[in-house]
Amino acid sequence: MRVVITGLGVVAPNGVGLEAFAKAIKNGESGITFHQHLADLNFSCRIGGIPQISEEKKLEYLTPLQLRGFNSSGILYGCIAGMDAWNDAGFDIDTDSDLDFDSGTIFGTGTSGVEKFREAIYKLDKGQVKRLGSTVVVQTMASGISAFLGGILGLGNQVTTNSSACTTGTEAILMGYERIKNGQAKRMLVGSCSDDGPYIWGGFDAMRVMTYKHNEFSEKGSRPMSASASGFVPGSGAGALVLESLESALARNATIYAEVLGGNINSGGQRNGGTMTAPNAEAVQRCIKDAIKNACITNEDIDVINGHLTATSKDGLEIENWTKALNRKGDDFPYINSLKSMVGHCLAAAGSIESVATVLQLKEQFVFPNINCDDIHPDISKLISEDKIVKQLLKIDLNIAVKASFGFGDVNGCVIFKRYN
Amino acid sequence: MKKEELLAKLKTIVKPYIQDEEAYTKLSEETDFINDLKINSANLVDVILDVEDEFDIRIENDDMEKMVSVKAAMAIVNEKLAAK
Repeated sequence: MRVVITGLGVVAPNGVGLEAFAKAIKNGESGITFHQHLADLNFSCRIGGIPQISEEKKLEYLTPLQLRGFNSSGILYGCIAGMDAWNDAGFDIDTDSDLDFDSGTIFGTGTSGVEKFREAIYKLDKGQVKRLGSTVVVQTMASGISAFLGGILGLGNQVTTNSSACTTGTEAILMGYERIKNGQAKRMLVGSCSDDGPYIWGGFDAMRVMTYKHNEFSEKGSRPMSASASGFVPGSGAGALVLESLESALARNATIYAEVLGGNINSGGQRNGGTMTAPNAEAVQRCIKDAIKNACITNEDIDVINGHLTATSKDGLEIENWTKALNRKGDDFPYINSLKSMVGHCLAAAGSIESVATVLQLKEQFVFPNINCDDIHPDISKLISEDKIVKQLLKIDLNIAVKASFGFGDVNGCVIFKRYN
Repeated sequence: MKKEELLAKLKTIVKPYIQDEEAYTKLSEETDFINDLKINSANLVDVILDVEDEFDIRIENDDMEKMVSVKAAMAIVNEKLAAK
């Protein structure tokens, strides 16, 4: 059973909606800005990526009742991206629509409604548990986002949320892909979302893994593959893809963005150099190799890589892992880019937002530029030709694109997309 | 509090939660929150919080269970106001 992508939706710091996002990534537009709120709270890193959503825009997606006491940015982003993707795939969104047992969703997140949870904790600690209202649970349960989307769209197949740190979005795609491939669903809305703000980013700031050297130059702050990279810039948002069996897509005469050829999910087990926060290199390489095997392609077939590449000291190791897994280096290495240079690290939302960018590249035949890497790290330039690190929008024939994500807990995900024609 | 005034205040309070416009326009003492106004049962606790805020009263669990209609709500609010 072949699985294709028939709808996309995205809420990113540098563009809300597919059109704005496509334009932004082609132009290399940064969505990273300074946040006084972070400075006031003594954050070392005071810059971050937050999608811009007006109050009017919220009302296009959620009802006034749903928005009453609503304080979960991740669910908001996820609903916008998910509903946009569903519409984009050619489906109407109607609260009275028939229940569709052939469609489901796997929509991941890391933590849900952290601001709502904070609100609730303050009330609870004052002994006001009775005054929490009715929506604390649905906004703070991990599966809040899939529960919202399942109800809005009337999904009758599996409705769930996966969670695997920064691999979440990529993992959701593969889980949905497998469900369709197994014949258990015709369509799966897959994606992921992440809250924004200090309560979700604070733990990373405390670990000193976010950069504190670019607070005055926010747009220059996220520097994957650069010699002056000094930690990631936090981001937020959501990405969504409608996966569908080719048969169903053709029967509906749907627009097909690309095909999901396959992929792989594994873990380094926090062994052999892998830890809670660092990847086991052997497992990363194996994940990529097994993804290629699963997709029935060869290493040479890969035209472009969308890396994990967060702008920490691990970027060099990631490139080394790619060169070893693919047995390709120097001029023979595929083109590579990191969306994080423009949107920061959107954490649980990273894999899905970056996959939307990757699929757009295949559909429209371009490679978006990396920004902020004029000074390629020497550990990287000794492994791959600098020409492969695209710095200007590149219009080129692309057939196969690979997206990989690696997350805390030593977990890995790699998905392989192919141009559909 | 005068009946008309209380009814008007309750009508404003339940407005965000109702899912049957027609029943809402005809709201009277006999209106039931769930069966007539089609308020989601989970939202009844939100209605009660809003009633508490509006009248500066506290409604305990026992009273809350009874507050399923406009008439019951009016009785409970009046009782609480009288006890203030």
